[in-house]
Amino acid sequence: MVNVMEFLTRLFGATEPSAKVAKQRLQLVLVHDRANLSPQMLVLLKEDLITVISKYLEIDEEGLEVTLDRSEEQVALVANIPIKRVRRPVSVAE
Amino acid sequence: MEARVIVITSGKGGVGKTTSTANIGAALALLGHKVVLVDADTGLRNLDGVLGLEKRIVYDVVDYLVEKACKLRQVLIKAKNCENLYLLPTSQTHDKDAIRPEQMEELCEELRSEFDYVLIDSPAGIEQGFKNAVVGADEAIIVTTPEVSAVRDADRIIGLLSGYELYEPKLVLNRIRPDMIRRGDMMDVNDVLDILGIPLLGLIPEDEEIIISTNRGEPVAFEQNSRSAQAFRNIARRIQGEEVPFLNVSDNGLWTRLKRLVGLGGN
Repeated sequence: MVNVMEFLTRLFGATEPSAKVAKQRLQLVLVHDRANLSPQMLVLLKEDLITVISKYLEIDEEGLEVTLDRSEEQVALVANIPIKRVRRPVSVAE
Repeated sequence: MEARVIVITSGKGGVGKTTSTANIGAALALLGHKVVLVDADTGLRNLDGVLGLEKRIVYDVVDYLVEKACKLRQVLIKAKNCENLYLLPTSQTHDKDAIRPEQMEELCEELRSEFDYVLIDSPAGIEQGFKNAVVGADEAIIVTTPEVSAVRDADRIIGLLSGYELYEPKLVLNRIRPDMIRRGDMMDVNDVLDILGIPLLGLIPEDEEIIISTNRGEPVAFEQNSRSAQAFRNIARRIQGEEVPFLNVSDNGLWTRLKRLVGLGGN
């Protein structure tokens, strides 16, 4: 019965095959391994990003997330940066 | 013929390095080459057991290289039921620091003049034992299984091998379960090749015969009707330069599935 359920959920795409999950997990972990990019380095990168972006935008520092992601063909550095408020544009001479 | 020194390595333990070394060596010997299998897993030796030679060891490579207590030919043990196949056992009582990399390099050079193929069975890990195993090699074979941890370690090893000028190691994918691949529960060879990006040397299906032959201390490569034996013999032919088609261990094409559905196809 369990197998029938598993078959049906798979048939309708409810769960991903575990081999596919394994491959995706591997591809992501190897990005870190190969780049020698440690979690500590990501934290430092995050702090620098906050400094730079804060010049232009008021951001929610607690909610900021920086991760490495892998889409079909390439690895991307993905930053999710919640904005609180756009800083008043610097006034230019009229 | 110029002798070839090939290290068999993996990073992770338990993926089948020793079994692969014994069987690739046996298959090369069956093709008429003179082969020596060097056990580089000092302190945890097992190549002797896989070949059923554990009771014949008198001297080991530490006696020869470090203690200078014997001659090289006194360390070499001829395999059972096979001309051309020899074992160079290591010590079970020393640890991996007992042998220095320079001594391993000298040993490999010395073996080149006596043999066509020198196969080195590397220990797991990336420490001294690994360094000793790779330092004298011209080529490398990486054994892995279709699992996250094994493939991750293989990737690390590929990086480390380039530090020893072993730039293009070849892959042996071991313990493949076609039934699991068909269900989508095991990565197939293309998944693993995508990730590691090195050339394929062989595909070994999971096979009870390997356990049975290891129990007996006889390489499975000598068995006629086993799929894994066929896979090891194919690897040996590819090593000597032949083009041999890969065994179809993971066919998941529509045609195969249809045939299975109507009861025509087996594995």
